[in-house]
Amino acid sequence: MNTAITATEQETRPVTVPGFGRHLKSEEMVVNMGPQHPSTHGVLRLELIVDGEIIVDAIPHIGYLHRCFEKHAEHMVNYQQVIPYCDRMDYVAAMNAEFGYVVACEKLLNIKVPERVEYIRVIMAEFQRIASHLIAIGTYGLDIGAFTPFLFCMRDREAILDIFEQTCGARLLYNYMWIGGLSHDVPVNFADKVKTFIKRFRGTIKELNDLLSYNKIFIERTANVGVLPADVAINCGASGPVLRGSGVKWDLRKNDPYSIYDRFDFEIPVGKGLKGTVGDCWDRYMVRVQEMEQSLNIIEQAVDKLPPGDVQAAIPKRIRPDAGEVYVRTETPKGELGYYIVADGTTSPFRVKVRAPCFVNLSLLPTITRGAMIADVVAILGSIDIVLGEVDR
Amino acid sequence: MIAQEIYNALQERFADALLEAKLDGVLNPWIKVAPDRIKDVAQFLRDDERLAFDSLMCLSGMDYTGGTLGVVYHLHSMQWNHKITLKVDVPVDNPHVQSVASVWRTANWHEREAYDMFGIIFDGHPDLRRILMPYDWVGHPLRKDYQVPEFYNGMKVPY
Repeated sequence: MNTAITATEQETRPVTVPGFGRHLKSEEMVVNMGPQHPSTHGVLRLELIVDGEIIVDAIPHIGYLHRCFEKHAEHMVNYQQVIPYCDRMDYVAAMNAEFGYVVACEKLLNIKVPERVEYIRVIMAEFQRIASHLIAIGTYGLDIGAFTPFLFCMRDREAILDIFEQTCGARLLYNYMWIGGLSHDVPVNFADKVKTFIKRFRGTIKELNDLLSYNKIFIERTANVGVLPADVAINCGASGPVLRGSGVKWDLRKNDPYSIYDRFDFEIPVGKGLKGTVGDCWDRYMVRVQEMEQSLNIIEQAVDKLPPGDVQAAIPKRIRPDAGEVYVRTETPKGELGYYIVADGTTSPFRVKVRAPCFVNLSLLPTITRGAMIADVVAILGSIDIVLGEVDR
Repeated sequence: MIAQEIYNALQERFADALLEAKLDGVLNPWIKVAPDRIKDVAQFLRDDERLAFDSLMCLSGMDYTGGTLGVVYHLHSMQWNHKITLKVDVPVDNPHVQSVASVWRTANWHEREAYDMFGIIFDGHPDLRRILMPYDWVGHPLRKDYQVPEFYNGMKVPY
């Protein structure tokens, strides 16, 4: 191939990529990633504007899974009927989504639930956190190219789903937490089953660390990739492991406690930049692994203290809060899930707005992908851990 | 700071922009701000050292019926751990609110959602497009008087 170029041609050709030969022409092109792509974790379309392998801009297009949660909530006959719809937002962490909604409604109604209910709710929410993180970690490994950890994660998630199934009959979408109580009490031998699981699962975390966390290839793909500085994270509204991965010690269970989380002793893991820079993909990943251990600690304490009693508070049959409004936020596996509920004195909500953590966390994707390589987009997206059901609601 | 102190701090600077306030007896104390001053108020709330509202928890569009739309801002300060709610009301035939996306970047997508669902127009927003509905959708679905169209691009809309 003749690469001889005249002097005038050399000057007119654009050179935008540093390090490339001057005779190489570079231009921007658009690459569509999704909505049917295994690494977008659902129906997300990313419009990538690339210059060779380098991302100039990434524009997320969402809404493919929009199911009108907020409109449905307004049209329900009563407040209880909204709960199954909450399940379907973040469908891998349905317990946490219900938890936020019932806490908000109870605050609006000004009712207190029995102690036993509070403890069981915390146990279930923490189990669900582990199950959700297992999916996040497993599929993240899958994105990067590690297949085995995914199988380990799914196996242990199955054990958690079995506990849920024995408790309320459902494995994915529970409708378990009701306003003022729970749909079922825990089964007999619940404490034994939980303790057996915890004992086994602590071993699994060690295995996961050996297989994935400290794997050289995995570190090479995730350390120093998609760095999110702490001040940008706060200004962008990041929450959950994405915020903590940037080194901000912020967890609503500690900093703005709801339910009975102030009674438990646990740590808030934060990203420390052990393998690269603070706030890179590896930090966000590692926060999730460490959070699973902390959730085990909470469950252990809660099971030991589980008081006897009823699992349904005495609340009126027709729930009709006075006109008013409340904003309640809870810590789900993905971050801060907020419910803004406006009541107008009737039996159905006037407005339910959901501040979905995945929605906000996804909005900072363009900020941290600019300048990365195409293959890094997969690593960054996986480290944010989005569920499109919650992004689109 | 409690809600009354936050209100007093705002009153010093923006006496003309504060329209109404409910600071006690409610779960979330709120202050109503004029729609064409909300950006200045937001900037002050974020930058003032006593207030330091560094995070916007939630931004919700509202349809209060009777020709009034609204935007509700839930603010929180990580530094001081205090909260306040701001409200803005706009008439449905001229729904213009200043954008706060330059103050908190969280607001970018939230404002797009409020535009998509309620048709509230945020002046100064960098990229005000629909976000959840298709780009060529007609109408704003979360308005209380919304009628579901019979057809979308020639396809029958079920439901």
